[in-house]
Amino acid sequence: MHDHHHPHPDQPDEEDGPLNEYRLMEIALRELLIEKNVISQTELNQLYLKMDERGPQAGAAMIAKAWCDPHYRGLMRRDATQAAREIGLDPTWLNLIAVENTPALHNVVVCTLCSCYPWPLLGLPPDWYKSRSYRANVVRTPRDVLREFGTVLPDAVEVRVHDSSADMRYLVMPMRPDNTDGWDEAALAKLITRDSMIGVTQALAP
Amino acid sequence: MARFAAEDRVRIATGYPLGHCRTPWYARGQTGVIERHCGDFPNPEELAYGRDGLPAVPLYRVRLGIDAIWPDRSDADRPDADRPGADTLEVEIFEHWLTAAEEF
Repeated sequence: MHDHHHPHPDQPDEEDGPLNEYRLMEIALRELLIEKNVISQTELNQLYLKMDERGPQAGAAMIAKAWCDPHYRGLMRRDATQAAREIGLDPTWLNLIAVENTPALHNVVVCTLCSCYPWPLLGLPPDWYKSRSYRANVVRTPRDVLREFGTVLPDAVEVRVHDSSADMRYLVMPMRPDNTDGWDEAALAKLITRDSMIGVTQALAP
Repeated sequence: MARFAAEDRVRIATGYPLGHCRTPWYARGQTGVIERHCGDFPNPEELAYGRDGLPAVPLYRVRLGIDAIWPDRSDADRPDADRPGADTLEVEIFEHWLTAAEEF
């Protein structure tokens, strides 16, 4: 046996931090609702699972369909909310605008005021999308932010930032990657990542 | 009846009203171009106080130049500010924040 003379790092567990007012409020409200049989813990667990399961599948399906079907692509450009309904979504509050990347234009989406996000199409937003760092910097130095995601754009390409400051929500249509001729929609959808539909990256190469 | 149409030049007001509003500070006082009329929506400044926000207010997307908002910014590989194809920012603004911009 030997003695340790070096300090061990102390990483506190989550429970070791202070309980702030909002966490306390949530716990109190949840426990009251369960106690009064308004909702059960089982129902809550099922809700948590449902929310976690949601991902970018619907958004990727729309983009893949637009890549393959010129009529649907036209619909995405004219009325993206209707395009969402045509693949079976029915979010009554969603006002969707699809913004299309081209060789001359790259789009990226943010909500500077809060964290508005087309979650029926993409699932829950990543923590970085909600961060003050992203929201403050992408409107002012979008290319520097894109570089942090590995996306480098030449100055011949215009970068356009979309701030979903009110009722609209946005989906970026990334460009279809090269060497995907003849691919079906399901295969194409696998190349279309959440980050490419927010606009911080391109779609994956095959 | 929406006052503005796509391609109209508009100026965003510089007010700083108390309470909730959806006009980002960077946009206030900026001049830009209407990209589209999005439709009419209940006024969020009223919704925030539990009122119904009606009559609905026309909402527009306004295209702004990023270099006009932040002339001193440095951003890798950005195109020149006065070139067509310079980087842009499109933001949703309610009609009561907009006036027609004078052509110089």
